[in-house]
Amino acid sequence: VQCKRRYRLFISQCPPKNKIVYTFSDIISTVEFNCSGELLATGDKGGRVVIFQREQESKNRLLSRGEYNVYSTFQSHEPEFDYLKSLEIEEKINKIRWLPQQNAAHFLLSANDKTIKLWKISERDKRAEGYNLKDEDGRLRDQFRITTLRVPVLMPMDLMVEASPRRIFANAHTYHINSISVNSDYETYLSADDLRINLWHLEITDRSFNIVDIKPANMEELTEVITAAECHPHQCNVFVYSSSKGTIRLCDMRAAALCDRHSKFFEEPEDPSSRSFFSEIISSISDVKFSHSGRYMMTRDYLSVKVWDLNMENRPVETYQVHEYLRSKLCSLYENDCIFDKFECCWNGSDSAIMTGSYNNFFRMFDRNTRRDITLEASRENSKPRAMLKPRKVCTGGKRKKDEISVDSLDFNKKILHTAWHPKENVIAVAATNNLYIFQDKIN
Amino acid sequence: MFSKGTKRKFSDGGEEISDESLLGARVASSYSLQRQSLLDMSLIKLQLCHMLVEPNLCRSVLIANTVRQIQEEMTHDGSWHMVTEAFCSAGQSPSERLVATEVLCRSREQDAEPKLFSVISYEGCCEEEVVADETLCSVSVSDTVSNVCLAGRMGQCWEKSELSGIERDEEALEDSRLGSGEEEEIDTEDGASTESPKTIGQVFGTFEIKNGSPGPDSALEELFSDVDTSYYDLDTMLTGMQSAPKMGPYDLLDSLAPSHSSPSIVSTPNCRSDLNELDHIMEIIVGS
Repeated sequence: VQCKRRYRLFISQCPPKNKIVYTFSDIISTVEFNCSGELLATGDKGGRVVIFQREQESKNRLLSRGEYNVYSTFQSHEPEFDYLKSLEIEEKINKIRWLPQQNAAHFLLSANDKTIKLWKISERDKRAEGYNLKDEDGRLRDQFRITTLRVPVLMPMDLMVEASPRRIFANAHTYHINSISVNSDYETYLSADDLRINLWHLEITDRSFNIVDIKPANMEELTEVITAAECHPHQCNVFVYSSSKGTIRLCDMRAAALCDRHSKFFEEPEDPSSRSFFSEIISSISDVKFSHSGRYMMTRDYLSVKVWDLNMENRPVETYQVHEYLRSKLCSLYENDCIFDKFECCWNGSDSAIMTGSYNNFFRMFDRNTRRDITLEASRENSKPRAMLKPRKVCTGGKRKKDEISVDSLDFNKKILHTAWHPKENVIAVAATNNLYIFQDKIN
Repeated sequence: MFSKGTKRKFSDGGEEISDESLLGARVASSYSLQRQSLLDMSLIKLQLCHMLVEPNLCRSVLIANTVRQIQEEMTHDGSWHMVTEAFCSAGQSPSERLVATEVLCRSREQDAEPKLFSVISYEGCCEEEVVADETLCSVSVSDTVSNVCLAGRMGQCWEKSELSGIERDEEALEDSRLGSGEEEEIDTEDGASTESPKTIGQVFGTFEIKNGSPGPDSALEELFSDVDTSYYDLDTMLTGMQSAPKMGPYDLLDSLAPSHSSPSIVSTPNCRSDLNELDHIMEIIVGS
């Protein structure tokens, strides 16, 4: 346990400046750009947060198009032991969400299964010198020696980035937290576990409001859980949550204190011809994300990504197949538990493209306008300098073409669950197990 | 695969009529074999859930729903009837079995201490009735009323006999292991009872997991042995704990421990966790 927690980061920079790979000592469990895209936060299974900062582009180094370098690392959560339940609480970071920047410091929320913490990341590049009461090395001066009074002077020092926990929001979740989302009012945020959603005020840690509770009176009647939740990007009274049955509920907090009754209910009618025993499992939504415009939302289920218009509840407006070739393999994927993998999805800054991960370190991008899609691989092998990533293709049957890979050769241990897209530019971060890839994407 | 209606290619020509019926029979039996193996796999997964330190609730719910679906379909097909007959001892009428399990349910309820534990086991066995009724109502059986009634009875018959089957198995196991007449139904997670699949309700009912091997923790257990467990919220109990059921002799737990391979949380160095826990509590109190 001790050496798991001692953090080792290996930095390896591949020759192409458009691709950077960071290798972590733990599996990466979440990736998130901040609102400006200047910072990229990652959380891992060991409870650590690593923040990368984009270099300022300088005229001298033309080739450096703003690389991301390590900015700060800190231990966010520690493993805990709940004595009442005799249960160990994992320190794995499930989600990180940035707060919009309001001053020189940066704030983010990080959550493990049970506790959310607000961290302040601040820079210190000056140090006060010339104290009256203490020496340069901090020792208290002998009072008799103080003969003059002076004003301390701020002197420059090496940049130091400090992370300090400012709030700890604990003891509000009986089940495992799967989502946190900062509200557009910048004062509140919500946290969701399997059965409940709580609303917090960023300043208040000793209580939260429960706004959704789907726990049945009798646990044996439980057939549906909450899988993800998010606040609307502009309307601070609106949020959505998705379920394991493939439904999304949009709630308005103005309607009632307890939002058990939804305002809108999104569900696509099932296709009876493709019904199987796995239909429900693959319909379970693993991620839900509002578009930046706030007009659409995107959901990820096991085989597809769907874009919904908030004004239309009965079906999505767009459906993208991520890896349809897996449909005939559902039984094996059920056996090895891969069918329960929770893939995330993300929008690009202009909402014109969406991205999500798959197996074999593949990730997929869909252009909503042209309806083109591409499959790329996050691997160290394609390392030609500044070359575009070669698109990959999976062949489903029949003859396999030269560069194609067959479904049966896919490595299901190499899964890309977490991806993030820069809010303004074509820069993407892809987490492949314990490797973080940052690509300067050339697709416009 | 396992989706309904998949047919294998039948390239042989032969006589049409008999081949078709043969093909139909073959496809049907292959489908029900596959369905059975899916059911077995699901039940094993559910049992394994109980061995984990922190069972994933979403995964458990999805697997349980899958099992329920298979049960529904098998009941609809009438193949549940055959499954139940496999479990029932010959010559016992359905009503007798019903009575037997009623009695068991009732005795659970009276065992009030600790309230927590009896709630699980009570609901664990009697709740099945409710589940069966609901699912059968939702299954689209044929129009005639009599068929519906028959299906209803069959389902209940399975649920109840299933239960009694499990009771008998568990008692037998306990007897062989302990040599003591332990009355209470302990939802065990031992793999030995896989041939009598657990019922759905017991999935979430058995989220109260048994303690790991006492070992260095025996001092800790003694410390908490007088804690009133009825104080605990049903919530906390049902989120997949490894908590020692405070009733029953400790040697019962001892003998159960080797039956499952749950990662022993005892291995966590308690001192450091103690300090972390204390720090954490202090932070909350101080409100820093």
